[in-house]
Amino acid sequence: MTRLAVPKTYKLYIGGAFPRSESGRTYEIVSAKGAFLANAAKASRKDARDAVVAARSAVGGWSGATAYNRGQVLYRIAELLEGRRAQFVAEIVDAEGVSAAVANAQVDTAIDRWVWYAGWTDKYAQVAGNANPVSGPYFNISVPEPTGVVAIIAPQDSSLLGLVSAVAPALVAGNTVVVVASEKLPLSAISLSEVLATSDVPKGVVNVLTGSPAEIAPWLASHQDVNALDLVGAGDLDWIDLQIAAADTLKRVLPPENGPDAAAPSLDRITAFVETKTVWHTKGLI
Amino acid sequence: MTGTQIVPGERAIALLGGEANDANLRRYLHGIPGVDAVGLEQRAAGLGTRSIKTTSKAWALDRIIGLIDLTTLEGADTPGKVRSLVAKAVTPDAADPSCPRVAAVCVYGDMVPHAVQALGTAHGDPDQGKIAVAAVATAFPSGRSSRSIKLEDTADAVAAGADEIDMVIDRGAFLAGRYGQVYDEIVAVKEACRRADGTYAHLKVILETGELNTYDNVRRASWLGILAGGDFIKTSTGKVAPAATLPVTLLMLEVVRDWHRLSGEKVGVKPAGGIRASKDAIKYLVTVAETAGEEWLTPHLFRFGASSLLNDVLLQRQKMTTGHYSGPDYVTID
Amino acid sequence: MSFLEYAPAPESQAILNLRDSYGLFIDGEFREGHGTPFASISPATEKHIATIAHADASDVDAAVAAARRAYDRTWSRMSGADRGKCLFRIARLVQERSRELAVAESLDNGKPIKESRDVDVPLVAAWFFYYAGWADKLDHVGLGAAPAPLGVAAQVIPWNFPLLMLAWKIAPALAAGNTVVLKPAETTSLTALLFAEIVQQADLPPGVVNIITGAGETGAALVGHGDVDKVAFTGSTSVGRAIARSVAGTNKKLTLELGGKAANIVFDDAPIDQAIEGIVNGIFFNQGHVCCAGSRLLVQESIHDEVIDRLKTRLSTLRLGDPLDKNTDIGAINSAEQLQRIRELSDVGEAEGAERWTAACTIPENGFWYAPTIFTNVSTSHRIAREEIFGPVLSVLTFRTPTEAIAKANNTPYGLSAGIWTDKGSRILAVADKLRAGVVWANTFNRFDPSSPFGGYKESGYGREGGRHGIAAYLKTAAPTVALPSATARKTVSKGATK
Repeated sequence: MTRLAVPKTYKLYIGGAFPRSESGRTYEIVSAKGAFLANAAKASRKDARDAVVAARSAVGGWSGATAYNRGQVLYRIAELLEGRRAQFVAEIVDAEGVSAAVANAQVDTAIDRWVWYAGWTDKYAQVAGNANPVSGPYFNISVPEPTGVVAIIAPQDSSLLGLVSAVAPALVAGNTVVVVASEKLPLSAISLSEVLATSDVPKGVVNVLTGSPAEIAPWLASHQDVNALDLVGAGDLDWIDLQIAAADTLKRVLPPENGPDAAAPSLDRITAFVETKTVWHTKGLI
Repeated sequence: MTGTQIVPGERAIALLGGEANDANLRRYLHGIPGVDAVGLEQRAAGLGTRSIKTTSKAWALDRIIGLIDLTTLEGADTPGKVRSLVAKAVTPDAADPSCPRVAAVCVYGDMVPHAVQALGTAHGDPDQGKIAVAAVATAFPSGRSSRSIKLEDTADAVAAGADEIDMVIDRGAFLAGRYGQVYDEIVAVKEACRRADGTYAHLKVILETGELNTYDNVRRASWLGILAGGDFIKTSTGKVAPAATLPVTLLMLEVVRDWHRLSGEKVGVKPAGGIRASKDAIKYLVTVAETAGEEWLTPHLFRFGASSLLNDVLLQRQKMTTGHYSGPDYVTID
Repeated sequence: MSFLEYAPAPESQAILNLRDSYGLFIDGEFREGHGTPFASISPATEKHIATIAHADASDVDAAVAAARRAYDRTWSRMSGADRGKCLFRIARLVQERSRELAVAESLDNGKPIKESRDVDVPLVAAWFFYYAGWADKLDHVGLGAAPAPLGVAAQVIPWNFPLLMLAWKIAPALAAGNTVVLKPAETTSLTALLFAEIVQQADLPPGVVNIITGAGETGAALVGHGDVDKVAFTGSTSVGRAIARSVAGTNKKLTLELGGKAANIVFDDAPIDQAIEGIVNGIFFNQGHVCCAGSRLLVQESIHDEVIDRLKTRLSTLRLGDPLDKNTDIGAINSAEQLQRIRELSDVGEAEGAERWTAACTIPENGFWYAPTIFTNVSTSHRIAREEIFGPVLSVLTFRTPTEAIAKANNTPYGLSAGIWTDKGSRILAVADKLRAGVVWANTFNRFDPSSPFGGYKESGYGREGGRHGIAAYLKTAAPTVALPSATARKTVSKGATK
């Protein structure tokens, strides 16, 4: 006799908790072969609003943590993801219809990406900042700092890797994130949230919404308490309108990227969401 | 000890070489070396790593109890609540008669007669094994009322039998730089502490360090409180966060130590609010002993303003006696 | 009873599982050395801890050969990401075994457990964590794209921070793609050998890390070995000088972190209580066995008496004794030899006319101990103001103006570190500009972080450890004439193969 499985309810991830959408809506997620997989929560603009509030309240703690501490926390995500790889492989095989080998490769790369970005937390400022030899009796130094809350439209054609590739770099400097997962492939995003919730990531640092990017993105793009917008997965949306909306509060914006290399690892993805602060101080001996 | 004979204002005039007005006080207080916050907090953290075990721990737990101002400061306080507090103060651990008594009970002014009555023969000087009655006064906790009300508040509590007055400084005036006003008020309150026989109730000056915000301000306010005649400087009302912290208490102990170097006089320190665990209280004892000196660990020079701390100390004490961990059902809730 | 006589609070040694004897760690396994084994003793009790193998020239050959093989066959071919993962594993293993390492360090070295537990070992983990992250980011080090490792690194470290100095040496070397042969100091081999176990647990390829134990001649054989590409040494200036001579004419790259005689300058507007703490931490941290110790206190004349008075009061609360007691502030002097040197120089100080004050503390019967000592009335010409004592002995000098302070601070052949204490930011920056020292601490002292470069000017050595500079010291820019054609060729081949 085969045992009946106990399927998981997939919800949103906001402020360290897993609420259903306040709208009560869900939408059906099917496998690559068309079979029913789960009902995902369909986030509303109010869920997005709540997620931004959660992200904002987490900025102080996350950006105030030492770079060493942030590095260890991001590395811990890789450790936990490694331990739960089987679950992600199975989800990817179901959702994307790829072979286990391909799914394994995606999980490998996602784990390694966390490790790569974990190593940047206490180094990016050494590469992106510098002492400036100004003329005159002044000490002058430029240091990058996180910009604040980053809203991300995750790559749409990837379950896990796209999401990780967009979220991890935004976290390096100390930003907090509201990410809209792939509309068709949202289940791994929620499973990743479970990893985040049980690693040492403080609540509110990453908030994950599932549902329709077309519906939610305009609210995030125009939200006055969002500092930056990563449109990496917004290629199929009216992304120019989103950029125009973001211009209202002069958000830092990254454009859509397509293809398997979307959000490829780079220092640029870290520095896209930092502000450079230059400090002058007099030098006087007598 | 409840009758120290420091004449208000005497200390300041001697030190400032002139009247204690805004300008003279400012000149003096701003001439004191600054505080480096990082270094101060590191030193406090270092003191917090002392490992107090076995006989030292047993001594520390008993001493903590003997230094507690067992406190109830609620709008809902009643004579019944105060009687219950006093009973706990007299017999902290009903199962263990060897358990020491606390130093004082601390209540609002209108509750002083009830506390005095409930204490009966146990009322007296903590250095003689008795329990003192401390009253918060001067429009505690905000201090926002006219000076005449504050003085009357104080005199009233002293007349009712309070041995100690916990006053609040005017933080608004302090932050606005009106040091003279803060000073005058402390001097006046000290004067209001005077009893008919010419002795004074013990005056604790609450700085409300959470509102003063910077360590430099805490250091200046500590000096100001001492110059104006305070017998104790106290961190907080317990109504503002952050209340007592180890770095702030360390800083105040450094001032008290420096005042002793300068004048030979010993002034007390009372951290209040937020100290709930024995482990934390022991860190304070270490800080006192290694900063001001071991001789400060007596009721007339150091107090804890606390309520829930007592039961945690009792739990630890029971553990040391019996060898196994106790639980909240084995200590009384007053 | 006196509360301040805290009851003993010894850290348990039960966590330690030491062997009776330790071999050399070569090519991934422990093996006997060909020299005569020697004993490691606890400087606090003079009791025997373990017998340590002694590497002779043939063992050095074997270790360097193992490192060369590992470099050629595995490590230099491994991706940066994989090298990083190995280092992350080490970082985690150090964190997991941190208490054990701290106990071993205090037992073997004599330093207080609170320092090995709260400073040394956490920094060791941090060092590996930091450099692990660099391993796959070498393009950003600042040497241009695809910098190359140097090869086999010979590393010789001192006894004052045995495990921490190991981490400073090994972490950046491995991250950059080098393999290493490391020799710990003769009196403090223990934690390096425990580290060798960690290397095994982390499953590093054999030969990437080799640890050989022995005395000075073993170190000399190692740095003089012909198949070594890089020499990194931390220790005394005299040995550093000999090493610099020995590598002359070779292609070996060299970094030296040597002695110091740091000035700790206290201006009259200093935050006084924190300055006192900084002076204490500057010279009495690790019994003064610190190359960057603030051994010369330069105090502004107007506050001299007050500072000395406060300092003496503070020193009277320091607790000297059992390094494994959690309340110990001052542990044991590392060796009888070192104790003798401290005594000699202190006696010279007194003979030259400086005024000696020693904190009253009970000295244990066995072991090597030296009570915290201050010399006042010291002049710049006194030997105790010029020579590194490397012990808990502070020489106090005075100055009247910032210019005089800078002149006196710089008046030394050393230039490792310096301290500045003042409330005035603009003075801090101006004084820091003029000091000829590799690390300048303002309103703090003896702070270390893997992201912060450390190293000296003048006879305190050259090269930096820590930060971007620390890994650059183990790399060279890609040589276009050699690297480019072969890289292109490989690419063409692989392209051809896939098509």
